[in-house]
Amino acid sequence: MSPLAAQMPALQVVVPMLMAPFVLLLPKGLSWAAAAAASLLAFGIAAQLAATVIDSGPVAYQMGSWPAPYGIELGVDALGALLLVVVTGASSLALVGGRASLAAAVTEEREHYFYAAWLLALAGLAGIAVSADAFNIFVFMEISSLASYVLVAGGPDRRALPAVFKYLMMGTVGATFYLIGIGLIYMATGTLNLADMDLRIAGVADKEPILAAAGFITVGLALKAAIFPLHVWLPNAYTYAPHIATAFLAACATKVSLYVLLRFDFFVFQQNLSGHALQFSAYLMPLAILGILVGSGVAMFERNVKRLLAFSSVAQIGYIMLGASLVSIGGLTAATLHMFNHALAKGGLFLAIAALAPVAAGLRLKDMGGMARRAPWTFAAFVVAGLSLIGVPGTAGFVSKWYLISAAMELGAPGIALIGVMVLGSLMAVVYVWRIVESACFGKPPENAAQAAAVPRPLGAAIWAAALANVYFGIAPGLPLRLSSSAAASLLGHVPT
Amino acid sequence: MTVLLGIFLLTLLLITAVAIVRARNLFVAVMLMGIASLLIAASFLLLDAADVALTEAAVGAGVSTVLFLSALSITSERERASSSRPLVSLVVVTAAALIVIDSAFDKPRFGDPEAPVHSHLSPWYIEKTQEHMEIPNIVTAVLGSFRGYDTLGEVFVVLAAGIGVLFLLSSGPGFGGGKSTPPWAQAGLRHYLIPRVAGRLLIPFILLLGLYIQFHGEYGPGGGFQAGAIIAAAVILYALLEGEQHALKILPQPVLTGLMAGGAILYGGIGVIGMLLGGNFLDYSVLAADPVKGQQRGILLIEAGVGMTVTGVLLSIFHSFAARRR
Repeated sequence: MSPLAAQMPALQVVVPMLMAPFVLLLPKGLSWAAAAAASLLAFGIAAQLAATVIDSGPVAYQMGSWPAPYGIELGVDALGALLLVVVTGASSLALVGGRASLAAAVTEEREHYFYAAWLLALAGLAGIAVSADAFNIFVFMEISSLASYVLVAGGPDRRALPAVFKYLMMGTVGATFYLIGIGLIYMATGTLNLADMDLRIAGVADKEPILAAAGFITVGLALKAAIFPLHVWLPNAYTYAPHIATAFLAACATKVSLYVLLRFDFFVFQQNLSGHALQFSAYLMPLAILGILVGSGVAMFERNVKRLLAFSSVAQIGYIMLGASLVSIGGLTAATLHMFNHALAKGGLFLAIAALAPVAAGLRLKDMGGMARRAPWTFAAFVVAGLSLIGVPGTAGFVSKWYLISAAMELGAPGIALIGVMVLGSLMAVVYVWRIVESACFGKPPENAAQAAAVPRPLGAAIWAAALANVYFGIAPGLPLRLSSSAAASLLGHVPT
Repeated sequence: MTVLLGIFLLTLLLITAVAIVRARNLFVAVMLMGIASLLIAASFLLLDAADVALTEAAVGAGVSTVLFLSALSITSERERASSSRPLVSLVVVTAAALIVIDSAFDKPRFGDPEAPVHSHLSPWYIEKTQEHMEIPNIVTAVLGSFRGYDTLGEVFVVLAAGIGVLFLLSSGPGFGGGKSTPPWAQAGLRHYLIPRVAGRLLIPFILLLGLYIQFHGEYGPGGGFQAGAIIAAAVILYALLEGEQHALKILPQPVLTGLMAGGAILYGGIGVIGMLLGGNFLDYSVLAADPVKGQQRGILLIEAGVGMTVTGVLLSIFHSFAARRR
């Protein structure tokens, strides 16, 4: 490996992170360009890392050249690489397309703070995905959380402030729970490195502190990942954030917490705590099912389009958790694949919302009236992403749901019930997506609303890029599929059979 | 004796915590929080954790009290009646506390040399600090170099907090709207002779202490975080005595933003230089021909970066609150 290639895991974090303070110092007109450039570079690095992982397996990196577990180790495996592509891709697409929309939301004299916060959120999420150290994950969780509170509070809508306060409080509780868990494990094992923890925890596994730690870590991360019923911070935070920030965060933020949950659970707890796999399923599967049904159910009756999509996210997180709670190769493949596919669908939908928002003030269903005529191209892309969200064959969403159904089939009779839940959830998705389409095609445009939406070209391109990606990865899912099946194998490689 | 003192401090802490929850006057709550921090700092000191004790005292009892007070000055002093359900919260909090208490019974005996935290990584740190850095304070070696990437992350947490406050408070009514400055902001406590004379006498000593802690971190407890908080406290004291506007004249916001960003860039930049010189990110050994000298140089520089960012962020936050009040 060339010296530069060996530095990729560190550069993945360092490039966006170090650009943030520079954005504060640069002349204000350059903030957006600097942020977009750093984000695109980070995407390039993520693609490079994913290629390396596919070709030659996981990559490890020693910070400060100190050997693990004494120093901090970074490690990128298939799951991490998949997630990095999602995080950096979502950020890049949103930034490249979102300049005009963000300029409308954030005043010029403070936009450099906003873009610096964006870069810190990106660096924080990427930092979590590359880290192989439990405490280091916490540090980067703090960076990404603080920065995303700023992003959510960025818009002109004052209702964002109570929403972000709730998000901040619940996020802090989640992070504190995670920290308590790590503290307890450190007390019992003396290590913070995940791989080392896996080895050393075996001797002390069924002691009180480890059991309590498993509980604290799972609940804390579930809170950050908005797993039902700990999702209450999510709908309003997504609804009142600037549209472009919603597109970025909805595509990847909760998935990074899910990733930590999966990694911690499968790498550290599953093979060490007796009966953990069973408890993991028994605890998460009902929550996943409830999440799918309640999230979709609320979305069916929601009048605000953004909040509708936010509740749909709660349901989609349910699908991911459902796959994970099967604790099988098929289930985990479906779960990780759905992380990727849902990011494509939801990112595309929220980007389209950003384009439609200027002519649909209020973003209620009735404000979408006549949108199919007022913004035909953008709305067509919206429909494509919506079909992927439902899981229509030919779109990315179908592939992950198909894998999820096949994984459930392996269970036999109880699997049929799970398939029933999935079919029901998908039908509900048909209803809530249809309600938007119905209003856009047959509804009357609200009075004194602009007749035609002028969608900025970069935004239109970004929306179509996302929509076409939904189709492309629906027909040729090879790349994400290879990463997610290898991720599933490595997650499950730790579980005794 | 240590045990007795520990029980005494923790009992006081418990009483203070209950008092904070029960206080309806937010001013009282803030003051009690300062006391709680001081008690925690004393407990840390009792456990021989001088570095964290210093941080807790400087940040918890010192600067955050001032920041809470600045926040209070732009809102009301009385707590509004809460709309949440206290019984549910109480049950959840009690359950969580019971789990933690229960698992504490299984913890290694206090001071047990065989405990995992003492027997697994620590011997390596103790040995390698001498070998690679030749500095007496192992805490600084761990924070600055062995786990320097975490400390870099913490600097960016502080930076993110600063960016957040500047972003949120730099909008809406009351910000730099050309309104006339109230007299207290111009004059501070200028007309009160005794606090002014006493305060002005203290400032140089506080600054000196800050610089000592900044540059003496390798030898004694301290480092950039504590030093930054102490230096910021000295400037805030000046602002209280002479008026916030005067302090802002000496260190205007662009300078503070420069400190904030510059410290983070300095720290990250040292890491990148390590990469360019053929090491990994944050590898200081390559910074000088002699790896030991390189490590020492790296730690000194990154601690300077930490101090800059912490000072810049704390003062920016203080001034942002003050600007809201104008």
